Amino acid sequence: MPLWLLDITRFERRLQVGVYWAIAVRSFRRFSTYRIATASGAFTNSVFGFIMCGIYLTLWHERPGLGGYDASDALTFVWLQQGLLMPVGIWGATTTGELGERVRSGEIAVDLYRPTHLLLWWLSVDLGRAAFQLLVRGGVPLLAGMLVFDLKFPSSLPAWLAVAAGVFLAILVSFGIRYLVALSGFWITDTRGTEQLALVLSTFFSGMVLPLVVFPGWIGEVARATPWAATMQVPIDIWLGRNPGGAGSALLFQLGWIVVLLLGAQLVTSVATRKVVIQGG
Amino acid sequence: MPVIELEDVSRAFTVTSRSGLRRTRREVRAVDGMSFTVEPGEVMGYIGPNGAGKSTTIKMLTGILVPSGGSIRVAGVDPSRHRLKLARRIGVVFGQRTTLWWDLPLKDSFAVLQKMYGVPLARHRENLATFVELLDLGDLLDVPVRQLSLGQRMRGDIAAALLHDPEIVYLDEPTIGLDVISKARLREFLAQVNAERRTTIILTTHDLDDIEALCTRVMVIDHGHQIFDGTLDGLKSSQSAPRTLVVDLAASLPPIEVTGATVVKVNGPRQHLTFPTSTSAAPLLAEIAANYPLVDLSVSEPTIESVITQLYNSA
Repeated sequence: MPLWLLDITRFERRLQVGVYWAIAVRSFRRFSTYRIATASGAFTNSVFGFIMCGIYLTLWHERPGLGGYDASDALTFVWLQQGLLMPVGIWGATTTGELGERVRSGEIAVDLYRPTHLLLWWLSVDLGRAAFQLLVRGGVPLLAGMLVFDLKFPSSLPAWLAVAAGVFLAILVSFGIRYLVALSGFWITDTRGTEQLALVLSTFFSGMVLPLVVFPGWIGEVARATPWAATMQVPIDIWLGRNPGGAGSALLFQLGWIVVLLLGAQLVTSVATRKVVIQGG
Repeated sequence: MPVIELEDVSRAFTVTSRSGLRRTRREVRAVDGMSFTVEPGEVMGYIGPNGAGKSTTIKMLTGILVPSGGSIRVAGVDPSRHRLKLARRIGVVFGQRTTLWWDLPLKDSFAVLQKMYGVPLARHRENLATFVELLDLGDLLDVPVRQLSLGQRMRGDIAAALLHDPEIVYLDEPTIGLDVISKARLREFLAQVNAERRTTIILTTHDLDDIEALCTRVMVIDHGHQIFDGTLDGLKSSQSAPRTLVVDLAASLPPIEVTGATVVKVNGPRQHLTFPTSTSAAPLLAEIAANYPLVDLSVSEPTIESVITQLYNSA
């Protein structure tokens, strides 16, 4: 055994951080190469933003103060929604989509030959993607909305920090869900059903259809307690300063779901890698 | 001390088939009671027809599949129990898959690998320089992997699998789809790596020229069983595949009669005869030359393909 192998074992922890950072950086770079797709995507988000603004303005004109939002909150909600859609991966993301495809085809074997943890590898890949998409797919629609409407912005440094934390945690929650969906392929040969279900649940419970604050009674209570709420409704409310228990409790709510989802993801990963036959050659 | 040790290793899969409402479960043994050892620095060809259990064996050796019976030790550890630890010490190449970052320049993949395996920077640069030269990768480092040709990508993948000085490299069909020149270059490179670094190489392939060019040892498996383990020459002589003698006569004649050989084809003045590998060709030639107007002749050995076909059929 070469001498430097001994050194790695000693410094494994420190070096491992370097690996995952290197992976995230490459993933960021990879997504930055898709220039036309990014530009057309950002354009689409902006167009949809204007359409949604039309709908929401009508709605809040008819029912002012609906769900505790004023019209300006509702408009800001629209642009944050369009901006977070891709980075958070409400409708899935290229990265976890590829993971699911690799599980199905058996190509996941390539990932298992690496001296890296499957979960951390894909988390790094996803964070690199999210960081790039947050800049462009998040920034462009928000800029477009800002130019036309009078949007709300956090007013203090702590508020901005809470927003940054909230968005980061939202990405982690979403990753946890998408990762579990992708790994369901280890047990279900055809995961299209799982993916469809995840898509529908995510679209509704994240607040993509309507802000979850407008749903009254127990439906609203349930909707706001789901992990999907933590992916979009909660970080937007942090931005608007509208979380019922303040930003602190909102972040704790997200953190709670992250612990549950990532523990579940790790459990599923070890069960899958130990027990499940890798399909195909 | 062997670097790979298998003892009575089996792997069974449950196959469920459905006809109408009835569902039947059947156990298939992809690998059945396999035992062998590999010494450091050996280049072993691992061959067998599709579905023989080659991939299953490789998956168990790398720890991504747990054997249902028997014991495996690779580089001193139980692969499935220490998969991550073992992953640092092995390299894997799939001919039909890639570990490279598809949309990024080749050099990015190498940079990630350096971090991933914690290769000291000086050692990484040294290895990279060597592989870039031997595999002629210089102009490709800045090219996104998706733009590389199959042969170029394969060279990139092989370099990627060797950058961390693995003790063992598994190559699964590394030359599949490559042209003759790319194949030859790759084989030459692998032979050189093996000679200079004592890297143990396990090669699964359907291309028997790979075996002929590289392997000091051949293992043939079928239906999960070893049916041959030895040298390539040993493999050839283990089967009684016939040798062929082609004679050109001065004129077209009816099939000639020679003791110990039979005419299998007549093509004008040219006649094809077969005779057992164990028989010497000299007395046959003497007899033909004495009785017939012999102009020219050639003797051909059984091809490795014909030997292996015979082996599969007899197993």
